[in-house]
Amino acid sequence: MATASTKTILIKPIFMDNPIALQILGVCSALAVTTSLQVTLVMCVALTTVTAFSNLFISMIRNYMPSSIRIIIQMTIIASLVILVDQVLKAYAFEISKQLSVFVGLIITNCIVMGRAEAFAMKNPPIPSFMDGIGNGLGYSVVLIVVGTLRELFGSGTLLGITILPTVANGGWYQPNGLMLLAPSAFFIIAFFIWILRNKYDEQVEKNEFEMKPHTIEKGAH
Amino acid sequence: MEHYLSLFISAVFVENMALMLFLGMCTFLAVSKKVDTAIGLGIAVIVVQTITVPVNNLIYNYLLKDGALAWAGMPDVDLSFLGFLCYIGVIAAMVQILEMFLDKFVPALYNALGVFLPLITVNCAILGASLFMVERSYTFPESLAYGVGAGAGWALAIVLLAAIREKMKYSDVPAGLRGLGITFMTTGLMSLGFMSFSGLTL
Repeated sequence: MATASTKTILIKPIFMDNPIALQILGVCSALAVTTSLQVTLVMCVALTTVTAFSNLFISMIRNYMPSSIRIIIQMTIIASLVILVDQVLKAYAFEISKQLSVFVGLIITNCIVMGRAEAFAMKNPPIPSFMDGIGNGLGYSVVLIVVGTLRELFGSGTLLGITILPTVANGGWYQPNGLMLLAPSAFFIIAFFIWILRNKYDEQVEKNEFEMKPHTIEKGAH
Repeated sequence: MEHYLSLFISAVFVENMALMLFLGMCTFLAVSKKVDTAIGLGIAVIVVQTITVPVNNLIYNYLLKDGALAWAGMPDVDLSFLGFLCYIGVIAAMVQILEMFLDKFVPALYNALGVFLPLITVNCAILGASLFMVERSYTFPESLAYGVGAGAGWALAIVLLAAIREKMKYSDVPAGLRGLGITFMTTGLMSLGFMSFSGLTL
């Protein structure tokens, strides 16, 4: 990875090595905060910032950290950054920080942050680590924004609070799909997202544990 | 007593950590291939939840809350912004202590849990329960009931999912959905099922 260009580090996690769809990192918050696009966007910005800076700082001190206590040090850095983000949100976007409730705090245990710190920042110099943080944050954001857009558009007929599809209740024609606002829809949308992504990039398909044998012998089948 | 019982029931079913609030999803999806390991992990989560939520409750009420340091002669101090750092510290320390305790006194359980014990530190369900406890300002006994309930709900969900996945191992799933995709679908359907509990009035 040391020779990989900045561009690759930045672009690769978005589709080729997506943190949610392929690495199974940070799924929790992806599902919980996506009922409206505005909240989703704030969450994306918060997570990208935390990932990028925690990668930067951890990479800066990586050569001075004894490996036996590195987890605690990483946790402290991440928790401090999250406290910072939380205080900023409370000061400048109080309404949204109320809607996000505990999920800002949960960025601490979001596996993307820890996972990238451990997998990338511990082995690479600060600047590429920072880029890797931004790239993974963007990969996470892409999935979240797709899910958030679908859920808000079809669930309540609006985008960022602006009416796109006038609903029946307001004299329009669109019958809102209530399922989209409920918890399970997020699972289905992410499942379809993964399906589409894996159809495009064949190498991401997982192997079957048990290969099916054909039901009939080929020659005698007709 | 009734109040605590209903708090427990609602934490297990109505507000199921995994299926209704999506907490602890990473481990939930990654470690649900076999029922045995799912049960082990579930028990570990219950134990850790039962200890950490009440402990964090005490820390919040007697150290961090606005004016909580009055007993130390500092009634104007508000340390609640240090919350995240303290909770995660408590969780990490508790898991570590539990690990050493089990290693010394109950080696059988220690060996059964194996690598899952340290993994619990970064399980968002644990931190999430503590944060919910603070947000809803539970009292100490309430936090105890909530902690047990939240842990039990998560354990129930992961064991159920593992059982479904064990059965599904032999089915012929479309290539792109294999593995992660179909697990998401299954979890979505289970979550639909658990939504029927949301009508429960306690």
